[in-house]
Amino acid sequence: MASNQSEIRYLTPPTVEVKKKKYCRFKKNGIKYVDYKDPEFLKKFLNEQGKILPRRLTGTSLKYQRKVAQAVKRARHIALLPYVTDLMK
Amino acid sequence: MFNQYETVFIATPVLSEAQFKEVVAKFSNLVTENGGEILHQEDWGLKKLAYPIQKKSTGFYHLLEFKADPSFIETLEIMYRRDERIIRFLTFRLDKYAAEYSEKRRKKVQAKIEEK
Repeated sequence: MASNQSEIRYLTPPTVEVKKKKYCRFKKNGIKYVDYKDPEFLKKFLNEQGKILPRRLTGTSLKYQRKVAQAVKRARHIALLPYVTDLMK
Repeated sequence: MFNQYETVFIATPVLSEAQFKEVVAKFSNLVTENGGEILHQEDWGLKKLAYPIQKKSTGFYHLLEFKADPSFIETLEIMYRRDERIIRFLTFRLDKYAAEYSEKRRKKVQAKIEEK
């Protein structure tokens, strides 16, 4: 019984979703200001459609989430970031 | 009381290089005339816009960092709205942390220029 179990070879090893402790990257690195002018950094907080990721996924604290949201909206205003797109990354 | 401001504006790509320089000169003189003091200027040149503005998909970006008193911002924005070559603008008051950040960024940009 055990032998044929090991025969099943998965194409990709099943990744066990290890529960990693989410932390607020702003508090950890001591970043105090979110710059609306560099879209590369802001893209980390957007999903493929260009929508802002919720805190429960990025783990940022409320204070910095508001700054990120404000910066993303400003970047969208001056066309550094799209309002809506597909497969942006 | 002088606040520190940062303004980014996008000019239509239809302009030639000279015309764009003239637009930039117009606004920087506007700042200095009204008692403002320009700290830093950055020209990002022709960049692709994330979405078309007024049917155009590229634009000349320019960043202007200056110290001015709050009443001046109103006149600046009126000038922006009146000038039809500017298709989008954003003025932003730098708070304590933003000012520090821009200070560091300026040094980085300066260092890069010296290397070139």
